[in-house]
Amino acid sequence: MYDIKELYEAESLEHAIRLRVEHPEAHIIAGGSDVLIQIREGKRAGVELISIYTLDELRGVSLDENGAIRIGSLTSFSHITRDPIIQKYISVLGEAVDTVGGPQIRNIATIGGNTCNGVTSADSASTLHAYEAIAELTGPDGIRRIPIRDFYIKAGVVDIRPGEIQTAIIIPKESYENTQGCFIKYAMRNAMDIATLNCSVNVRLSPDKRTFERVRIAYGVAGPVPMRAPSAEAEANGKPVAMDTVEAFSSAVIKDIRPRDSWRAAKAFRQHIAVELARRALIESVKRCGGEL
Amino acid sequence: MSQVGKSVPRVDAFDKVTGRAKYTDDLCDKNALVISVVRSTIAHGYVKSIDVTEAMKIPGVVKIFTCFDVPDIKFPTAGHPWSTDPGHQDVADRLLLNRHVRYYGDDVAAVVAENEVAAVKAARAVKVEYEELPFVLDPMEAMKEGAPQLHEEYPNNILKHTSIRIGNFEEAIKEPGLICVDKWYETPVVQHCHIENFIAYAYGEGDRIVVVSSTQIPHIIRRIVGQALGIPWGKVRIIKPYIGGGFGNKQDALYEPLVAFISMKLGGRLVKIDVPREDTFVSNRVRHSIRSHIVSWVRPDGTYVARKLEAFSDQGAYASHGHSIVAKGMGAFPQMYPCPNVQCDAYTVYTNKPAAGAMRGYGIPQAMFAVESHTDDVCRALGMDPEEFRRKNLMPQGFRDNFSKNENYYDSFNQCLDKAIEYMDYRRKFEEYKKQTGPIRKGIGISCFWYNTAVWPISLEHSSCRMVLNEDGTIQLQVGETEIGQGADTAFAQMAAEVVGLKDYRDVHVVSTQDTDVTPYGLGCYASRQTYVCGFSITQTGKILKEKILSHASELTRMAVTNLDVVDSNIVRKTDGRVLMSLADLATEVIYSLKKSDHITAESSYHITSNAYSFGCCIAEVEVDIPLCKATVTNIVNVHDCGKLINPALAEAQVHGGMSMGIGFGLSEQLLFDPKTGKALNNNLLDYKLSTALDHPHLKALFVENPEPTSPFGTKALGEPPATPVAPAIRNAILNATGVAIDRLPMNPHLLFQRFTEEGLIHDPWQEEEK
Repeated sequence: MYDIKELYEAESLEHAIRLRVEHPEAHIIAGGSDVLIQIREGKRAGVELISIYTLDELRGVSLDENGAIRIGSLTSFSHITRDPIIQKYISVLGEAVDTVGGPQIRNIATIGGNTCNGVTSADSASTLHAYEAIAELTGPDGIRRIPIRDFYIKAGVVDIRPGEIQTAIIIPKESYENTQGCFIKYAMRNAMDIATLNCSVNVRLSPDKRTFERVRIAYGVAGPVPMRAPSAEAEANGKPVAMDTVEAFSSAVIKDIRPRDSWRAAKAFRQHIAVELARRALIESVKRCGGEL
Repeated sequence: MSQVGKSVPRVDAFDKVTGRAKYTDDLCDKNALVISVVRSTIAHGYVKSIDVTEAMKIPGVVKIFTCFDVPDIKFPTAGHPWSTDPGHQDVADRLLLNRHVRYYGDDVAAVVAENEVAAVKAARAVKVEYEELPFVLDPMEAMKEGAPQLHEEYPNNILKHTSIRIGNFEEAIKEPGLICVDKWYETPVVQHCHIENFIAYAYGEGDRIVVVSSTQIPHIIRRIVGQALGIPWGKVRIIKPYIGGGFGNKQDALYEPLVAFISMKLGGRLVKIDVPREDTFVSNRVRHSIRSHIVSWVRPDGTYVARKLEAFSDQGAYASHGHSIVAKGMGAFPQMYPCPNVQCDAYTVYTNKPAAGAMRGYGIPQAMFAVESHTDDVCRALGMDPEEFRRKNLMPQGFRDNFSKNENYYDSFNQCLDKAIEYMDYRRKFEEYKKQTGPIRKGIGISCFWYNTAVWPISLEHSSCRMVLNEDGTIQLQVGETEIGQGADTAFAQMAAEVVGLKDYRDVHVVSTQDTDVTPYGLGCYASRQTYVCGFSITQTGKILKEKILSHASELTRMAVTNLDVVDSNIVRKTDGRVLMSLADLATEVIYSLKKSDHITAESSYHITSNAYSFGCCIAEVEVDIPLCKATVTNIVNVHDCGKLINPALAEAQVHGGMSMGIGFGLSEQLLFDPKTGKALNNNLLDYKLSTALDHPHLKALFVENPEPTSPFGTKALGEPPATPVAPAIRNAILNATGVAIDRLPMNPHLLFQRFTEEGLIHDPWQEEEK
């Protein structure tokens, strides 16, 4: 049994927005794999809920007229992993979300919920940051699109304004084309676990595959919100595809990340793993691009 | 056809797979009142007052009981057979709800409401005022003078201290030329994590109280409920349906006394307690964390001259199974590697943590981690091969323990090692893996284990059985020993069919539910005892039933009883093997006979005064990714000599489960506590790292089937032993791979990072810059 005060079921996106305006205190529920847990824990006990789960218009992956990949916010993780567009252009995202929980969770949990929950450990978050994804929010005043890095305000808080609903995650063509990536979830178990650290790298090599044209790296759990590592990227961008570059890139990560000591993991341990993951994810990305190290 | 020794399907398989099997919650009427327990938010202190005003206003709340409302009767909770000798009785140190709270999460009050939401809400709204006392989480600290005192009857928080002295340790170590290996080993607090949380419901019937409970030990629970409530034991009826696992946590009275008390206070209304997972971690039982100090004095040829063990067992706040756990581990120490001079001291110490109780292996997983890690450490100190050293020093065939009279009838250790070594290609790998240098290395390690069956002669061993013949020649079988998921009912059916002479084990209808009003007295599921002890009561009762059958057969066929037998559910003349009549015809004739009608039943109980060793080994192979601080088990085998197998497929499954538990114990599981408050930090299945199927390699189980001479079926312990050797085998494999000895569990990445850094395998230059 869950302590839920009221449940409003949205019948359309417009209806959902209306419900948001009418019930500003209500929380949005999609798959429920985070919200229901928080209700049970007492954190959100007694809340009103607006369910958007049946809004199929927010489900699915498509390419828009500009070649951007549009992922409806209600698209489940298992859907994303199996989607042909994802597999063709940005398979690393499919791999990343395939590490969430177990199969049942991946069937019910949505990418919108994963991002709106605002936690640094969300398994989609590091890859979305590394690909400079855009969050689309629809509200009474229309559509607002903001970079994912601005969407995350602080731990547990994201930029959803009164009346708004997150409707899609968009990956621009310029961001994903000619890239290969690698995501590594570092956790204590091989399934059903929360990340100790997440690392997502993507790489665009020069046509001769000898130079790093563009390297991007982002982490989850390296700070209060998912984050990029600009110093590391600067060490690689425009540099030759060589192990020296890989080492410079990975050790520079230390300058960017801000892990903390907690009972879940010590800062020194997280730093050590962050460097090693950067190294391995970059090497793997180069390999996937057809480059040689 | 013989019914034992075959991998027949479980008798409960269909019901369990289809969801028809009824568990406690399935049976409870949906209008039951629901209990939510209010738990202390301090680790140590006294409840000064409790304000329920706000909580009582929540719609649906029926009544709130506090620690000021319960009888002042301290009761024991351990699922041991009762002892009529007061000197051997379990420690009684808790009340139904406690005013003196001794751990963060202690039971302070109980809300009763019409539904779970109201109960939980009200529990949150109960205001408790405490007088706080200092608390202590570490057993070594708890033993010091001036440490916070948990129970006034136990100075320095020492629940018990026992010793073993063999020979003269101090004199023996004076021998010149000895090598001394002196090390500490530590195992963590872990929890059973059975899938079905503890649940029970109670209701009044006449002037009695009925409790339906997810327990391993229904008859023992009846006694404890009687004791806790101060009512005659016969006024209590306990019913045990199918349960979703126990692993020893349910070999303890958990909330049966509380739910019975509350129902009685509410005029016998139906009341249920369904403990949430978070509370199951903290307010049921956990495994004792044990710190072991082993000092070995060895000759350079690998002969043990003198050995010392000091073991400190973290009891937590209440006695539960108490000292029995570390005492069992200590008992194994001088037996497994016999040595002329041994000095052992075991201490069980109260701390302000959750109470530790029984858990699969009962002190032996902790002891084996210390003992078998130490064995490899001794080998390294001597430059000896771990396999050779074990073969030289392990308990030899013919060893007899004077106290238990257990005898090592066969060369079990060597036979098990032979099988494991061959399966794993151990010798080649062990040598090859010594020479590695890269970041990712392989390793292979051995651990043997010592175990014994049941609890005789430390405690009572007894089993009773009833058989009832039906008209169609099938029987109902009842025993007090319980099915808790391990497959006991199937083994019982196979043994009963064998003894009575039925053609198929499915002709034995095992009454799986124990109901203390109906079921013959039994002690329940613990100590890997059930197949062994039921072997006696089923054999004895089956013979009585068969005698009655043959006596009627003699009258009906006019043949001499001595010439008759029951074979494949037929009455057979032994002299020529002729089938004279079917058992079904006989049963129908006898019950409906107008001349001499009889209901053919048999019932008997058997007092068991023997016991049996159960030995074996594990070899684990690991891959250690040094930069990622991860050890992964890539290949593993357990070999057991548990006597003759009753059901090989079920035996294998039992070993798989134990190995899984051993892998979790070795690599990932650990209940953590906040040093500032004593609160459990990770009491949920996300943060407590129970291993998953994806964390295991193929689990291989092999057996050496030496028939146990004391058992009618040649069988002995297999329930717990599989969990005991796995962690030290993994530890020794990591040692083989990296040269790094890890002396603490779990060997998770956090600990590997620390140890690899200490040993120079990891060097992070930025760490020095930061300093």
